[in-house]
Amino acid sequence: MKIPNSCRDISGLLLAREDRSLSLGERLAVRVHILTCRACHRFEKQTLVLRGALRQWREHQREEGDPR
Amino acid sequence: MSENAPDIASLARHLEALRPSLLRLAQLQLRNAAWAEDAVSETLLAALQGAQRYRGTAQLKTWVVGILKHKVLDQLRHHTREPTLADAGDDDADELETLLYRRDGHFQEMPEPWTDPCGELQREQFFAVLEACMEQLPARQGRVFLMREWLEIDSATICQELGIASTNLWILLHRARLRLRECLQQNWFGDHTS
Ligand SMILES: [Zn+2]
Repeated sequence: MKIPNSCRDISGLLLAREDRSLSLGERLAVRVHILTCRACHRFEKQTLVLRGALRQWREHQREEGDPR
Repeated sequence: MSENAPDIASLARHLEALRPSLLRLAQLQLRNAAWAEDAVSETLLAALQGAQRYRGTAQLKTWVVGILKHKVLDQLRHHTREPTLADAGDDDADELETLLYRRDGHFQEMPEPWTDPCGELQREQFFAVLEACMEQLPARQGRVFLMREWLEIDSATICQELGIASTNLWILLHRARLRLRECLQQNWFGDHTS
Protein backbone atom coordinates (compact mmCIF):
# COMPACT_ATOMS: atom_id res chain seq x y z
CA MET A 1 0.00 0.00 0.00
CA LYS A 2 1.17 3.48 -0.87
CA ILE A 3 2.07 5.60 2.11
CA PRO A 4 -0.06 8.75 2.15
CA ASN A 5 2.27 11.74 2.12
CA SER A 6 1.03 14.47 -0.21
CA CYS A 7 -1.04 17.33 1.15
CA ARG A 8 -3.90 15.93 -0.88
CA ASP A 9 -3.58 12.54 0.88
CA ILE A 10 -3.15 14.03 4.33
CA SER A 11 -6.01 16.50 4.09
CA GLY A 12 -8.13 13.64 2.74
CA LEU A 13 -7.35 11.66 5.88
CA LEU A 14 -8.13 14.69 8.04
CA LEU A 15 -11.57 14.82 6.47
CA ALA A 16 -12.04 11.03 6.68
CA ARG A 17 -11.23 11.21 10.39
CA GLU A 18 -14.62 12.87 10.94
CA ASP A 19 -16.39 9.75 9.64
CA ARG A 20 -14.19 6.75 10.41
CA SER A 21 -11.29 5.95 12.69
CA LEU A 22 -7.93 6.07 10.96
CA SER A 23 -5.57 3.09 11.02
CA LEU A 24 -2.42 3.32 13.07
CA GLY A 25 -0.38 3.83 9.90
CA GLU A 26 -2.67 6.61 8.74
CA ARG A 27 -2.52 8.38 12.08
CA LEU A 28 1.26 8.18 12.04
CA ALA A 29 1.43 9.51 8.48
CA VAL A 30 -0.78 12.47 9.46
CA ARG A 31 1.27 13.29 12.57
CA VAL A 32 4.60 13.10 10.76
CA HIS A 33 3.41 15.17 7.80
CA ILE A 34 1.87 17.88 9.95
CA LEU A 35 5.11 18.40 11.87
CA THR A 36 6.63 19.95 8.79
CA CYS A 37 3.68 21.15 6.72
CA ARG A 38 2.04 24.44 7.69
CA ALA A 39 -0.71 24.06 5.10
CA CYS A 40 -1.96 20.75 6.49
CA HIS A 41 -1.53 22.03 10.02
CA ARG A 42 -3.89 24.90 9.12
CA PHE A 43 -6.21 22.48 7.36
CA GLU A 44 -6.41 20.36 10.48
CA LYS A 45 -7.26 23.44 12.56
CA GLN A 46 -10.04 24.23 10.09
CA THR A 47 -11.52 20.76 10.44
CA LEU A 48 -11.53 21.20 14.23
CA VAL A 49 -13.21 24.61 13.99
CA LEU A 50 -15.84 23.13 11.71
CA ARG A 51 -16.35 20.14 14.00
CA GLY A 52 -17.04 22.49 16.90
CA ALA A 53 -19.29 24.72 14.80
CA LEU A 54 -21.39 21.77 13.64
CA ARG A 55 -21.78 20.61 17.20
CA GLN A 56 -23.01 24.06 18.21
CA TRP A 57 -25.36 24.17 15.24
CA ARG A 58 -26.77 20.77 16.24
CA GLU A 59 -27.33 21.95 19.81
CA HIS A 60 -28.89 25.17 18.54
CA GLN A 61 -31.55 23.14 16.67
CA ARG A 62 -32.64 21.59 19.94
CA GLU A 63 -32.88 24.85 21.83
CA GLU A 64 -36.06 26.68 22.54
CA GLY A 65 -36.85 29.73 20.41
CA ASP A 66 -36.43 30.00 16.71
CA PRO A 67 -34.51 32.71 14.85
CA ARG A 68 -36.80 34.65 12.54
CA MET B 1 -64.25 17.56 29.82
CA SER B 2 -60.81 16.47 30.92
CA GLU B 3 -58.96 19.09 32.87
CA ASN B 4 -55.92 19.12 30.61
CA ALA B 5 -57.90 19.89 27.46
CA PRO B 6 -56.79 23.56 27.47
CA ASP B 7 -53.18 22.32 27.74
CA ILE B 8 -53.63 20.27 24.60
CA ALA B 9 -55.00 23.30 22.79
CA SER B 10 -52.07 25.44 23.80
CA LEU B 11 -49.67 22.61 22.98
CA ALA B 12 -51.17 22.45 19.50
CA ARG B 13 -50.54 26.18 19.07
CA HIS B 14 -46.93 25.90 20.24
CA LEU B 15 -46.38 22.96 17.93
CA GLU B 16 -47.81 24.82 14.99
CA ALA B 17 -45.38 27.66 15.72
CA LEU B 18 -42.50 25.20 15.47
CA ARG B 19 -43.59 23.88 12.10
CA PRO B 20 -41.42 26.20 9.95
CA SER B 21 -38.20 25.31 11.75
CA LEU B 22 -39.09 21.60 11.72
CA LEU B 23 -39.79 21.77 8.01
CA ARG B 24 -36.51 23.54 7.35
CA LEU B 25 -34.58 20.79 9.18
CA ALA B 26 -36.54 17.98 7.50
CA GLN B 27 -35.97 19.48 4.07
CA LEU B 28 -32.26 19.93 4.76
CA GLN B 29 -31.98 16.25 5.67
CA LEU B 30 -34.36 14.73 3.13
CA ARG B 31 -33.91 17.06 0.16
CA ASN B 32 -37.45 16.32 -0.96
CA ALA B 33 -40.38 18.61 -0.18
CA ALA B 34 -43.05 15.87 -0.06
CA TRP B 35 -41.01 13.61 2.23
CA ALA B 36 -40.23 16.57 4.47
CA GLU B 37 -43.93 17.48 4.74
CA ASP B 38 -44.76 13.89 5.67
CA ALA B 39 -42.03 13.70 8.30
CA VAL B 40 -43.20 16.96 9.91
CA SER B 41 -46.88 15.98 9.87
CA GLU B 42 -46.07 12.64 11.47
CA THR B 43 -43.95 14.42 14.06
CA LEU B 44 -46.71 16.85 15.02
CA LEU B 45 -49.22 14.03 15.18
CA ALA B 46 -46.94 11.93 17.39
CA ALA B 47 -46.30 14.93 19.63
CA LEU B 48 -50.05 15.51 20.12
CA GLN B 49 -50.63 11.84 20.81
CA GLY B 50 -47.80 11.73 23.31
CA ALA B 51 -48.80 14.99 24.97
CA GLN B 52 -48.72 13.47 28.47
CA ARG B 53 -44.98 13.02 28.16
CA TYR B 54 -44.43 16.69 27.46
CA ARG B 55 -43.65 18.80 30.54
CA GLY B 56 -43.49 22.54 30.05
CA THR B 57 -42.59 24.79 27.14
CA ALA B 58 -38.90 24.86 27.99
CA GLN B 59 -38.39 21.34 26.70
CA LEU B 60 -40.89 21.46 23.88
CA LYS B 61 -38.51 22.03 20.99
CA THR B 62 -35.94 19.58 22.33
CA TRP B 63 -38.63 16.95 22.64
CA VAL B 64 -40.21 17.60 19.23
CA VAL B 65 -36.89 17.75 17.36
CA GLY B 66 -36.08 14.39 18.94
CA ILE B 67 -39.29 12.97 17.45
CA LEU B 68 -38.55 14.63 14.12
CA LYS B 69 -35.19 12.87 13.89
CA HIS B 70 -36.93 9.50 14.13
CA LYS B 71 -39.59 10.44 11.59
CA VAL B 72 -37.00 11.74 9.15
CA LEU B 73 -35.03 8.52 9.46
CA ASP B 74 -38.24 6.55 8.79
CA GLN B 75 -38.65 8.54 5.58
CA LEU B 76 -35.07 7.78 4.53
CA ARG B 77 -35.61 4.07 5.19
CA HIS B 78 -38.90 4.08 3.36
CA HIS B 79 -37.39 5.70 0.26
CA THR B 80 -34.03 3.93 0.31
CA ARG B 81 -34.69 1.95 -2.83
CA GLU B 82 -35.74 4.93 -4.89
CA PRO B 83 -33.35 6.02 -7.62
CA THR B 84 -32.95 9.48 -6.11
CA LEU B 85 -31.24 7.88 -3.14
CA ALA B 86 -29.50 4.96 -4.83
CA ASP B 87 -28.28 6.68 -7.98
CA ALA B 88 -24.50 6.80 -7.99
CA GLY B 89 -23.17 9.95 -9.60
CA ASP B 90 -24.85 13.29 -9.08
CA ASP B 91 -21.71 15.30 -8.98
CA ASP B 92 -18.45 16.18 -10.64
CA ALA B 93 -16.04 16.55 -7.78
CA ASP B 94 -12.87 16.66 -9.89
CA GLU B 95 -13.41 20.35 -10.46
CA LEU B 96 -13.29 21.01 -6.76
CA GLU B 97 -10.12 18.97 -6.29
CA THR B 98 -8.40 20.83 -9.12
CA LEU B 99 -9.36 24.10 -7.50
CA LEU B 100 -7.87 23.01 -4.21
CA TYR B 101 -4.77 20.97 -5.09
CA ARG B 102 -1.93 21.26 -7.59
CA ARG B 103 -1.11 18.27 -9.77
CA ASP B 104 1.75 17.28 -7.47
CA GLY B 105 -0.67 17.06 -4.52
CA HIS B 106 0.22 20.34 -2.80
CA PHE B 107 -2.42 22.90 -1.92
CA GLN B 108 -3.00 25.57 -4.55
CA GLU B 109 -3.30 28.14 -1.80
CA MET B 110 -2.32 28.18 1.83
CA PRO B 111 -5.42 27.33 3.90
CA GLU B 112 -6.47 30.36 5.94
CA PRO B 113 -6.64 30.40 9.71
CA TRP B 114 -10.27 30.01 10.82
CA THR B 115 -11.55 31.36 14.09
CA ASP B 116 -14.53 30.02 16.02
CA PRO B 117 -17.62 31.36 14.22
CA CYS B 118 -20.02 30.66 17.09
CA GLY B 119 -19.47 33.72 19.28
CA GLU B 120 -22.61 35.29 20.78
CA LEU B 121 -22.83 38.12 18.29
CA GLN B 122 -22.41 36.23 15.06
CA ARG B 123 -23.65 32.71 15.60
CA GLU B 124 -27.16 33.22 14.21
CA GLN B 125 -25.67 34.74 11.10
CA PHE B 126 -23.10 31.98 10.81
CA PHE B 127 -25.74 29.26 11.19
CA ALA B 128 -27.70 30.81 8.32
CA VAL B 129 -24.61 30.67 6.09
CA LEU B 130 -23.82 27.13 7.25
CA GLU B 131 -27.35 25.97 6.41
CA ALA B 132 -27.22 27.67 3.03
CA CYS B 133 -23.94 25.85 2.30
CA MET B 134 -25.43 22.50 3.38
CA GLU B 135 -28.42 23.16 1.14
CA GLN B 136 -26.10 23.69 -1.80
CA LEU B 137 -24.54 20.24 -1.47
CA PRO B 138 -25.69 17.82 -4.16
CA ALA B 139 -28.68 15.90 -2.75
CA ARG B 140 -26.98 12.57 -2.02
CA GLN B 141 -23.99 14.24 -0.41
CA GLY B 142 -26.31 16.46 1.60
CA ARG B 143 -28.33 13.50 2.88
CA VAL B 144 -25.40 11.44 4.11
CA PHE B 145 -23.69 14.51 5.52
CA LEU B 146 -26.77 15.47 7.55
CA MET B 147 -27.18 11.86 8.67
CA ARG B 148 -23.69 12.10 10.16
CA GLU B 149 -23.83 15.63 11.50
CA TRP B 150 -27.45 16.16 12.42
CA LEU B 151 -28.85 12.68 13.10
CA GLU B 152 -25.44 11.61 14.47
CA ILE B 153 -25.57 8.15 12.93
CA ASP B 154 -22.29 6.26 12.60
CA SER B 155 -20.97 5.40 9.14
CA ALA B 156 -21.60 1.65 9.36
CA THR B 157 -25.25 2.22 10.28
CA ILE B 158 -25.73 4.72 7.46
CA CYS B 159 -24.43 2.10 5.01
CA GLN B 160 -26.98 -0.39 6.35
CA GLU B 161 -29.86 2.07 6.31
CA LEU B 162 -29.18 3.25 2.76
CA GLY B 163 -27.88 -0.04 1.41
CA ILE B 164 -24.61 1.43 0.12
CA ALA B 165 -20.99 0.28 0.38
CA SER B 166 -18.76 2.02 2.89
CA THR B 167 -16.33 3.14 0.16
CA ASN B 168 -19.22 4.90 -1.58
CA LEU B 169 -20.30 6.52 1.64
CA TRP B 170 -16.78 7.80 2.33
CA ILE B 171 -16.48 9.25 -1.15
CA LEU B 172 -19.78 11.07 -0.69
CA LEU B 173 -18.82 12.37 2.74
CA HIS B 174 -15.36 13.41 1.56
CA ARG B 175 -16.86 15.43 -1.27
CA ALA B 176 -19.49 16.93 1.00
CA ARG B 177 -16.89 18.03 3.53
CA LEU B 178 -14.62 19.52 0.85
CA ARG B 179 -17.52 21.43 -0.66
CA LEU B 180 -18.76 22.66 2.65
CA ARG B 181 -15.30 23.86 3.57
CA GLU B 182 -14.98 25.71 0.28
CA CYS B 183 -18.42 27.28 0.62
CA LEU B 184 -17.71 28.47 4.17
CA GLN B 185 -14.30 29.81 3.17
CA GLN B 186 -15.93 31.88 0.44
CA ASN B 187 -19.06 32.98 2.26
CA TRP B 188 -17.94 33.27 5.85
CA PHE B 189 -14.30 32.89 6.80
CA GLY B 190 -13.00 34.82 3.81
CA ASP B 191 -15.05 37.89 4.73
CA HIS B 192 -14.81 37.81 8.49
CA THR B 193 -11.38 38.78 9.69
CA SER B 194 -12.24 38.82 13.36
ZN1 LIG C 1 0.69 19.11 3.70
